[in-house]
This record gives sequence, structure tokens and C-alpha cells, in this order.
Amino acid sequence: MTDRDLILNCENVVVDYDGFKALNNCNFSVYYNELRVVIGPNGAGKTTLLDVICGKTKPTSGKVIFDKGINLVGKNAEDITKLGVGRKFQAPSIYSNLSVWQNLDLSVKRASKGVFSTLMGRSSPTERERIDETLETIGLSDHVHDRAGSLSHGQKQWLEIGMVILQDPSLLLVDEPVAGMSDKETEQTGRLLTALSEKQAIVVIEHDMDFVRQIARIVTVLAEGTVICEGTVETVQANDRVREIYLGRAKVAH
Amino acid sequence: MPEQVVTHQGSRETLSFYAVGVLFLIVVPLLNVLPAEDSWLHISDFRLNQFGKFLAFAILALGLDLIWGYCGVLSMGQGVFFGFGAYCMGMYLSLQIGKESVYGSDLPDFMVWTQVKELPLFWYPFKSFLGGFLGAILVPVLFATIFGFLAFRSRIKGVYFAIITQALAFAAWLVFNRNETRLGGTNGLTDFKQLLGFRLSDPSTQRGLYILTVLALAASYMLCRWIIASRAGNVLIAIRDSESRVTFSGYTPWMYKLFVFVVAAGLAGLSGMLYVPQVGIITPAQIGVLPSLEVVIWVAVGGRGTLIGAILGAVAVNYGRSVLTNYFPEAWPFILGGLFVIVVTMFPDGLVGMIRKLSERKKPHRPLIKAEGSTAA
Repeated sequence: MTDRDLILNCENVVVDYDGFKALNNCNFSVYYNELRVVIGPNGAGKTTLLDVICGKTKPTSGKVIFDKGINLVGKNAEDITKLGVGRKFQAPSIYSNLSVWQNLDLSVKRASKGVFSTLMGRSSPTERERIDETLETIGLSDHVHDRAGSLSHGQKQWLEIGMVILQDPSLLLVDEPVAGMSDKETEQTGRLLTALSEKQAIVVIEHDMDFVRQIARIVTVLAEGTVICEGTVETVQANDRVREIYLGRAKVAH
Repeated sequence: MPEQVVTHQGSRETLSFYAVGVLFLIVVPLLNVLPAEDSWLHISDFRLNQFGKFLAFAILALGLDLIWGYCGVLSMGQGVFFGFGAYCMGMYLSLQIGKESVYGSDLPDFMVWTQVKELPLFWYPFKSFLGGFLGAILVPVLFATIFGFLAFRSRIKGVYFAIITQALAFAAWLVFNRNETRLGGTNGLTDFKQLLGFRLSDPSTQRGLYILTVLALAASYMLCRWIIASRAGNVLIAIRDSESRVTFSGYTPWMYKLFVFVVAAGLAGLSGMLYVPQVGIITPAQIGVLPSLEVVIWVAVGGRGTLIGAILGAVAVNYGRSVLTNYFPEAWPFILGGLFVIVVTMFPDGLVGMIRKLSERKKPHRPLIKAEGSTAA
């Protein structure tokens, strides 16, 4: 494949926090419609990488090329969202005091999200249909009118995934979606992400190796702010440096 | 199947809105006019005027509730916008005194004693009622636009925003206190005689002002409800719940904050404009740090995040003040402070929250807030 097939290409990204390099010359790229899993020990820079892509953190240097050659560095989070990058945070980040429906309705991709069009805006039938479909996808159809804050932890995670889906992102960034989920919820989440990856590129950060094996095709291993290895789960697990990093920390990735 | 959930404002609230509206708009003024003065049904001119003042305050409280209760941005400077509205109307009323003033000059009395020989230029627009009326709304709106733009765009949030608005209230108090500001200094503007040719001392004028205040409050309430019921209203609540998520849903939070801040300032201006002719005086003491804080207490006591709560809180606290200051004038600040502490620690949803809890105890549980779901296997 060539660079033309890349939806995301991070080149030599550095994030320097007063001498501590959270990302150190990180090169990372993702193809269209790919489901990519990023693993790595704590402090490897995984979340920082997502923060840089979605505009939450400004890199010290480097380029983040998205879609057809748009450099995301220097753009603010709202604009990056509008360009088609969706972000699911690690801790469920939803609107507790709104209903499930209102949470989704606010997230739908619309031409304008300015004050006045939002003040006048009513959901169109197509939008309502899309929200219904999404409710079905994330399994929350029975909870439309519930206050989002009253959902279980797993349901909150799915709601946030649903909110991000409705933004129609071409690249979806998902940070540890199954942390704190039961086995059954984890498996459902895996199926959900696999299904979604048919329509958009997804980058998932994950620690849970069973989950990684369930969903991953290509795995990227990040350590000390750079990519040290990339390949299938088996290749990565056979890699000496990966073993060293994990074993060195008395944590086996098997 | 799915419909937008209207969380707490159902048809019951609409019904009570009309009922209370009719009560205040028609029944109360009639009780002022019709029954004999010694009848127990009679509402004295003094009481009616007092109600008018409380309802004007309720408009101020609605604005704060919009920005604080719904959007989670605490403004401790609403008194300033109230003051702008009040002073604009006060300047018009001062110029209407004309030759009736103590010194018989066309200039307001305070200018005569401070040796101002000519009307300062910025007073000119207030020669006309239209100038006073538009000024009372536009001056706070413009000021809030500039101040809010600078503050919100620089991402000033939470406690920091509360503190700079409090500093604003203090600064405004200092400026209005100075004689050089040409707004009457410490004594403010007072001794008004007439409004559009109606004598302010006339009970019928005061009755008219009362009715206007009720109408203005009803209109303000409907405006706020319309905002809250719209998608933008949901964005406000969303900003309170999780501002970063709002950003990552493609909205620009500071613009929404600026919008409600400006609406709140406009309502504060309207409130001040209605206050002045009913109370007959405006001084810097009404616009400083303390009056701004009081608005916060009204909303907290009534129940923030509910529009009815803001109105209820403004009326209840002010009524309480008027009753209690008769008996224990010195104790009022302590009572007010104590009330605030009790409400914040024990009844975070204020009077409305208490009423709702009581009514829910009687009725079967409403399914709005469900117990924690249990899909975990």
C-alpha cells in the first residue's frame, strides 16, 4: 500500500513536558478502514498520542497528516472533530443530566454547531432514524429516556461510543474501552468495534490482551514515546524488544 | 418512537405557570383596587409596590439561573448589569424632574451641588424615554458582550470567572460612588417625579408598573424556557456536565457561555429598569459585591437549574427579608448567610427540590431517574 491509502500519518511527533518526552519522534500511520490496536506499558505515550491527534495536546514538533493531506497540528479540537476525527475518552465522558436520546442528539454531525442554528434546530426525520439505528447498534434502545448518569458503567461507555459514531468520523480514536467491563460486556464491545471498522478507521488503545486478540489485526507497540514494533499479535509477541519491555516490568504479554 | 425527553418541565409546570400568572397579573391588582381598605382581602399600595419590586428581582434571578444553574458558570457580578439598567432608567427619570427639583434647575439636584453647570454629554440620550429604555437593555448587553468575550475566549472558568466577576462588581461600585462619574456619587439618583407624564407618587402609576413587571417577568420566563427547551439548552447543560466532551462533539463552549451571559445581562438590565421607578432610588449600594451575591443566594434557595426555582427564591428571600428586618434588623445578614449555608449543605436543589421530593413521596416513582442499570453479567 502507498501513502495515498493512509488516513493518518504522524511524522516525528514530539511532545515535551519540560524535558520529559511523552512522545519522542513518534511515527505512526493508519490505513483507511483499518482497526488498529495500540498497546504498551503505562507511560508509553498511548493516550498522549491520541490527545495529539484530536487536538487536545499541542505537539512540540512533528506533523499529523489526516485524510487528504490536512495537517492537524495547530488546529483546535472543535475543527478537528468537524474534519472527521472522533474521540472516545478512557473514563466515560457523557452528559449525566441529559437523557440518552439528548446525549446522542447533541452529537449528531450537523452543518453548523453555532449558537443560533442550535437554538433553532430541530432533529430531522433522517437524524431521528440515525439516532434510532445507533441506539440499536449500542444496545441502548430500551434506555432512550433514561438519564445518562443512571446507566451502568458499560452502558455509559457504549453511549459515548454511540455519540462518537453519530459524528460520522472517518477516524475513530478509542481509549481503553473495556476497562472495568464484565467479560460479556467486553466481548460485546469487541464485536461492536469490529463491525464499526467496516466503515471507518479505528485506533484502539488497550491493555487487556484477551480483548486485543479478539479484535486486532495489526498491533502497534509503543514504549517510551516511540513505536518499537508493529505487526500481527503473534509477530509482536515474538519480538524480543517487546518481551524485554514487558518482562522487564514483570508483566508478561502472552 | 423516541421523543426528546423534557426532563422536568411537563404540562404541569405550564399549567401552574398560567395559574400563577393570572393570580399575579389580575387577582393581585384587583385585590388592591376592589376590597375596602380594612378588608382582610385588601392588598395595600405598599404591599403591591413591594411585590412589584420582588418580581423585578425575579427577572434578575432568572438570568443568573440560566448561566449558573444551567450552564454551571457562576457570575458574581449580576448586580453590575442590574445597575446599568437601573441607572439608565434613573437618568431618564432624573431628567424628567425638570423645574420641580429642589434647586429649580433643569439639571438634576446632585449636579447643582457638585457644581456641574452643563449636562454631561453622555446624559443626552437619556432625555428621551426611548434612550432610557434602550440604554437599560443595550448598555448591559454590550458590556457583557465585551467582558464575556474577553473572559470566555481566554478560557477563564469556574472559580476564576466567579472571582473576576466579583472584582467587576467591586470596580463598578467604586466607579459609581465617585462624584466625577456624574451619576450622583454615593447618593445615587432619586427624587423622581414622573414617567412619561404619569406621576410616580400616584397609586395607579405604581399599579401600572406592577402589571408591567408581571408581564416582563412572564416574557422573560418564556424566553428562558424556550432557550432551555431548545437543543442549545441541552448544550448548556452538557457544558455543565462535561465541557471537554462538548468540544469533541464539535461545539465551541465559550460561544454558548457568552450567549447566556449576554442574555442574563439583558434580563438584569430589564430588572433594574423596572426596579427604579417602583423603588424611587438607585445608589451604588444596590450594585456592588453584596447585592450581586444576594442574587446567587436567591437562586440557590429557590433551586438552581429550575426556572421556577429562581423566581420562587427571589420572591421568598426578599419577602423573608421584609418581614424579618422589621423584627431583627441587625440579624438579617446572619440569617441570609445561615440560610445559604443550610441550603447548600442540606438542600442542594433548594425549595423546588424539596417540593419535588415531597410530591414524589406521595406518588409512584417517576421513571425519569432509574436505579443503576444492571447489564453486568
